Amino acid sequence: MITVTDLRKVYRQGDRTVTALDGVSLSVPKGSIHGIIGHSGAGKSTLVRCLTLLDRPTSGSVTIDGRELTAVKDSEIRAARRRIGMVFQHANLMDSRTAAANIAHPLELVGTKKSVIDARVKELLALVGLEGSAGAYPAQLSGGQKQRVGIARALASDPDVLLCDEPTSALDPGTTDDILDLISELTRRLGLTVLIITHEMNVVKRICDSVSLLEAGRVVEHGPLREVASDLRGRLAKQLIPLPVTPPSPGGPVLELLFTGQTTSDPVLSALTRRFDTDVNVLAGSVELLAGTRFGRLRIQLDSHTDMAAVHEYLALQGVTVEVAA
Amino acid sequence: MNFLTGLFDNPGITKALPEAVIETLQMVGISGFFTLLIGLPLGVFLHVSAPGGLLPMKIVNRIVSDIIVNITRSVPFAILMVTLIPLARLITGTSIGPVAASVSLSIATIPFFARLVENALRDVSGGKIDAALVMGSTRMQVVTKVLLGEALPGLVAALTTTLVTLVGYSAMAGIVGGGGLGRLAYNYGVQRFDTQVMVVTIIIIVALVQIIQLAGDFVSRRVDHRSATGTGRRSRPAAAAEGISPDAAPAGTAREPDKAQV
Repeated sequence: MITVTDLRKVYRQGDRTVTALDGVSLSVPKGSIHGIIGHSGAGKSTLVRCLTLLDRPTSGSVTIDGRELTAVKDSEIRAARRRIGMVFQHANLMDSRTAAANIAHPLELVGTKKSVIDARVKELLALVGLEGSAGAYPAQLSGGQKQRVGIARALASDPDVLLCDEPTSALDPGTTDDILDLISELTRRLGLTVLIITHEMNVVKRICDSVSLLEAGRVVEHGPLREVASDLRGRLAKQLIPLPVTPPSPGGPVLELLFTGQTTSDPVLSALTRRFDTDVNVLAGSVELLAGTRFGRLRIQLDSHTDMAAVHEYLALQGVTVEVAA
Repeated sequence: MNFLTGLFDNPGITKALPEAVIETLQMVGISGFFTLLIGLPLGVFLHVSAPGGLLPMKIVNRIVSDIIVNITRSVPFAILMVTLIPLARLITGTSIGPVAASVSLSIATIPFFARLVENALRDVSGGKIDAALVMGSTRMQVVTKVLLGEALPGLVAALTTTLVTLVGYSAMAGIVGGGGLGRLAYNYGVQRFDTQVMVVTIIIIVALVQIIQLAGDFVSRRVDHRSATGTGRRSRPAAAAEGISPDAAPAGTAREPDKAQV
């Protein structure tokens, strides 16, 4: 379990100060995957550096499994860091070491016996599906394979927490999915708590249980994926289930509908036309699978003579969230 | 055609030359050894103590970098060498011969090599250092396992350049008492107009520089795994990544300075 409380980081640049993190709070339950999404400059990199203590936060605390990381003395930082495995955007492998030697690196640091290291490296290579590439140098591996080595290295010291900083931002879409599935599978198998920092909504859609939207150093929206996706007014929902922009169309009222779970497979619209004897014009729509639940969003236009109050009441009864579009 | 006449009867070649070659090798060897021994840690220090480095020490870095290293490097070698004769006498007990000359040669090339080391280390990306720190490395472990390991091809190239420079410097040092090929070329070629000795000496110096450069390039390529088409093959054992190539005589490795020189 990771808890971040009111984390602030202020940098001094000459005589002006830059507030990179302005009171960030997060809570990630053990065994779950939390996504932190934001544009560049939102403070994602600073957050990572504070979580790994590469930078000391100005104030606030980071707690992992009840132990406060930010209270650790400088001399104990190294032991504290070993409880966090970190995966980087560009893998950051040592070019002079083979895949196996890269994975062995964290173990060498604490003087693990060679026979123990060898066995563990073999196990980790198998875990990430790279049994055949032990002797390959990073330059001989593809981007996805490098990231697998990076993940194996991050897991070498048996951490409780896996911190992924843009783990797939340098990969093609197919490889991205493979790496995300690997992270998701490892999370379940090893009972890890995972924090993924990303600017790609696809990453959140595919594997996150919960998400925070970071903006200008602040968390502006957060919650379990289902909740944020159901909030039609929310910005995360708009990005999670995007609808194309449609030009204003003359005629009847325009509604935005959100279907969740079971209602996505109900023929709500055709029932609506029959019941109210109206025509429904679908302006835009999309369906997404988020955290195992199907979400559908539709923008529809009705006849101007339709009894809107009754329509609202009917749709609410069907479990559809309705929003009158501007 | 008369160049070859009596080539092997010329005492300048049969007697003085072998001795001179040995003296030159002594000068390059001894000063090369001390340059590596002192210049490598100095270069590492320059890198890690710089602002934004692993262990920033603004003032000390300023003093070492700007004052000691830059001043030493800005004095022309011919002048530095003469200036350092008393120091050489103090350390070695004599002011002539290859051993005494090695003192000033070392002092001239240590800052040069240290700068090259600093540049080579700067090429190691900050991401790799962050990765090593996050996995719990001490600063010393970052230096030995990341900085030196990752910069090894560049360090070997830096040492090669330094040794080639040393060959040139040693010829200059030879003239003011160091002995070696520089002295031979000057005594025979300049003072006696013995073109034969002069030409042979030049050929040997050129060959020496070529051998150092070729051996250095070879080792540098051997330890370079940064491109998929490099010499690092999949089947090579992990130890190759450490760059331990005991058979590579002149260039040696950054990790084991005592093996570096013959």
